[in-house]
Amino acid sequence: MKESKEIRIGVFVCYCGVNIGGVVDVPEVVEYAKTLPDVTYAEGNLYMCSSEGLSKIKEAIKKYQLNRVVVASCTPRTHEPLFRSACEEAGLNKYLFHMANIREHCSWVHPKEPKKATEKAKEMVRMAVAKAALLEPQTEPEIDVQPSALVIGGGVTGMTAALSLANQKFTVYLVEKENKLGGKLKELYRLYPSDNYASEILEEFVQAVRSNANIKVYTSSTVKHSEGFIGNFKVTINHEGEEETLDVGTIIVATGADVLKPQGMYGYGQSKNIVTQLELEQLVKEKKLERPKNVVMIQCVGAREEKEGGRNYCSRICCAVAVKNALQIKELFPEAEVSILYRDMQTYGKDFEEHYRRAREGFIQFIRYDVENSPEVLIQPDGKLTVKVHDILINATLELNADLVVLSTPLIQREEAKELSKILKVPLGSDGFFFEAHVKLRPVDFATDGIYLCGTAHSPKTIAESVAQAYAAASRAGIPMALRRVRTEAITAFVNEDLCTGCGTCINLCPYNAIQKDDRGVAKVNDVLCKGCGVCAASCPERAINMRHFSDAQVLAEATATLGGT
Amino acid sequence: MSNAVLVIGGGIAGIQASLDLANRGTKVYLIESLPSIGGRMAQLDKTFPTLDCSICILAPKMIECFRHPNISLLTYSEVKEVKGDAGNFTIRILRKPRYVDSEKCTGCSTCMEKCPAKVPSEFDMGLGTRKAIYMPFKQAVPLIATIDPEHCLYFTKGICKVCQKLCPSSAVNFEQKPEEKVVNVSSIILATGFDIFNPSVMSEYGYGKYRNVILSMEFERIINASGPTGGHLVRPSDGKEPKRIVFVQCVGSRSQRGELPYCSSVCCVYATKESILIKEHLPHTEVYILYIDLRAIGKGFQEFVDKAKKEYGVKYVKAHPGGITEDPITKDLQIYYEDIPTGEMKKLTADMVVLCPALIPKEDNKKIAEIMGLELDEYGFFKSKDELTAPVDTNVPGIYICGYCQSPKDIPESVAQASGAAARAAETIMCVTKEAGS
Repeated sequence: MKESKEIRIGVFVCYCGVNIGGVVDVPEVVEYAKTLPDVTYAEGNLYMCSSEGLSKIKEAIKKYQLNRVVVASCTPRTHEPLFRSACEEAGLNKYLFHMANIREHCSWVHPKEPKKATEKAKEMVRMAVAKAALLEPQTEPEIDVQPSALVIGGGVTGMTAALSLANQKFTVYLVEKENKLGGKLKELYRLYPSDNYASEILEEFVQAVRSNANIKVYTSSTVKHSEGFIGNFKVTINHEGEEETLDVGTIIVATGADVLKPQGMYGYGQSKNIVTQLELEQLVKEKKLERPKNVVMIQCVGAREEKEGGRNYCSRICCAVAVKNALQIKELFPEAEVSILYRDMQTYGKDFEEHYRRAREGFIQFIRYDVENSPEVLIQPDGKLTVKVHDILINATLELNADLVVLSTPLIQREEAKELSKILKVPLGSDGFFFEAHVKLRPVDFATDGIYLCGTAHSPKTIAESVAQAYAAASRAGIPMALRRVRTEAITAFVNEDLCTGCGTCINLCPYNAIQKDDRGVAKVNDVLCKGCGVCAASCPERAINMRHFSDAQVLAEATATLGGT
Repeated sequence: MSNAVLVIGGGIAGIQASLDLANRGTKVYLIESLPSIGGRMAQLDKTFPTLDCSICILAPKMIECFRHPNISLLTYSEVKEVKGDAGNFTIRILRKPRYVDSEKCTGCSTCMEKCPAKVPSEFDMGLGTRKAIYMPFKQAVPLIATIDPEHCLYFTKGICKVCQKLCPSSAVNFEQKPEEKVVNVSSIILATGFDIFNPSVMSEYGYGKYRNVILSMEFERIINASGPTGGHLVRPSDGKEPKRIVFVQCVGSRSQRGELPYCSSVCCVYATKESILIKEHLPHTEVYILYIDLRAIGKGFQEFVDKAKKEYGVKYVKAHPGGITEDPITKDLQIYYEDIPTGEMKKLTADMVVLCPALIPKEDNKKIAEIMGLELDEYGFFKSKDELTAPVDTNVPGIYICGYCQSPKDIPESVAQASGAAARAAETIMCVTKEAGS
């Protein structure tokens, strides 16, 4: 398209069904937009994001030779890429597009004041038009992606991810902190729902990994340092005391989880006969479990309640684990009495529910307690254990003798995760687990490009669920590596070299280590590393740093328009 | 030999699998039996636990599928025959006639305005109407009209043709015939989703008899701004705002007496979400959830339930519901239940009851399993090759499964499995197709 000097803005106002149209008078906003400076064309549409709406934008760009486009609709977080590509398809640089969010910022929050909401929508369109007039075309740098990946964590999740990537013909470095592969699977005995021995499954995985020529395994190794960006990470690992730097295109975090040790809860630590479910599995596995007469399992120990040292989330797998272990004890010692004290049985899905039913039919006693009236474990002077519980199903307080008390405690984030989160610059959520880019639709992506997560490092889950996520992470990481290149952020900072005094404030503040001084002592921004956060521009004492797509002039124009100026 | 992949099912799982593959340069055929992709997620109002508007986060992905140069979207189509093995499947696909030329239709909807035949809208769970020429919902992809010959006056009575007369692009074609398309692919991904158990067979709940007893999916449409009531929460019998709503969990699921024994996995938390939506629409309406075990098992779900209790005052009652009766004049409802903590029979009066029914595998799975030689479990879900270590593989190499059609699961789990199935399909292309072809 020929670049004309004249600014020709098209404004498209969305009804979003009744989401906007039910509150804001869209035709009035459209008519108002037509009166604004530089606006050549304006229209309304029921759904701007529909195929029809997008075609309308493209047609109008051609018909009216528009060189800037403003859409007043919903949030750019979900819809900006769509409108931008419509502009591109009509031959307009996608950075000549701007959005006004008149749904989340207007109609949804002012549903009872349609008149005022309409006025506000007009103001928002006025602001967007003022900025659009000053927009400039931008380019997204394209960078090469190395077809190699680092997988952190050698449990079943990490091994699955590594195998999938290796089968996709990428080079994989699998880093495990312990001296053996296997993670938590090493500590388990038999597994749901097939009753397979964990050790047999583990052996198959380790064999497959070890015999795959595309996978290089580093045991007794930890990640020490990471720099770079998608396509070109340089990760330093400590491998048996020696440092080695790996060049990789992508990184997968599969570091797993720990099991909460319930110190100070239900007498844990005060008797060798009070153990966690994981410790019970180890006792069974090592054939050290002495023939028990009465086993009492307590669910939600340090989970699903606000308690010192505990967690408020549900750890998802503990009820199924308790049922599995209860059935296993019954199989080994048929005369043993096993009781499970629970709040809600979390045996979701097909198989767990089936096992739960089998357990009920198999003479496992299920006793339901209330969180306000939790059970108590009493240790008698002779070491014998009694569990006192109020059974809400029969509304009676019971005293159960126990020679073994098993506590079901939640999976928790590993202590080392905090350090890894700093090294890789990826976030942890309030529950301590790694935090994905979008809870619903991007469950294995981090917000940082090129880094992915899977398994119990993300949240408590079963082996099958971890395996599925591991494959997912291998798919996501496989995309840029298969293409061998990726486009990066166009909205970056740039330095006016004449104004920069080389004070270094920006270098210290940049969260992405994207700024360095060149040999003249002037700050220089690495476009690939820069995420366009704007911290440097805001803090530069000389105002020597400006942001592409968010220049001072553009921001001021928007602000002036807010105040009524045009 | 082929490097392409066939994805069956255009819900969120099929969409995710298609996009992952297409974005890495793989050719994808995405088949959907209905006129539009979007699946169940398109019908939902909000999603838990973030309360994102469901169609708003889904629509960009639907359109991405439509516009992607590597994706051939085959809506209103079915698989008829599959031959061959991993690396080289030949698939015969039936494209049902829309009686509208998809090249010519612009989605302007003029035809729909004038069509005289009204039909209950499947998308709105039968609560609203569509026309005999229709687009299932506003954000449908592709945005092309379809004539439903069972209700079209021309097809049923030989009269009308008003749509043909009015269509500004002359797109209506009553002579359109079914077409066949044959594609060659390396692997197949199944993402056929779920159906909803119809609780009218459980007469004690009065579903289908009492108008104010509705299904949770019907609730999603009522509370949705583009639904049949424009997002106004009113009860079906008289259009009044309900003062008290009761949710009943495990309707037909976890059943000991012949319905479905498994747990549908998502109902406790979507009922929590729907309760919060009620409280946001009508802050003074009381909300009760009658449940057996409260299963808030996903990331952030227990916290979400805690928020519903503390911030919104949603009341959770441990209960075994017994039955529902209706006052024939006021149409108010009485819910009888066994209060689990006391063992007493109690009752609650409500203006509206929302049943949370079992989610069940698609009936079509049987046909697909037969065509492809796949194993189904006793309920009709596709069976994994190994439930533990190969959840997205099937007994047939090169055919993968993801989402609810494999077992009950929520959206993020379906999305993860879909990406996982895409990874397995990519492996098949690299290991089977490429090596055999070279």
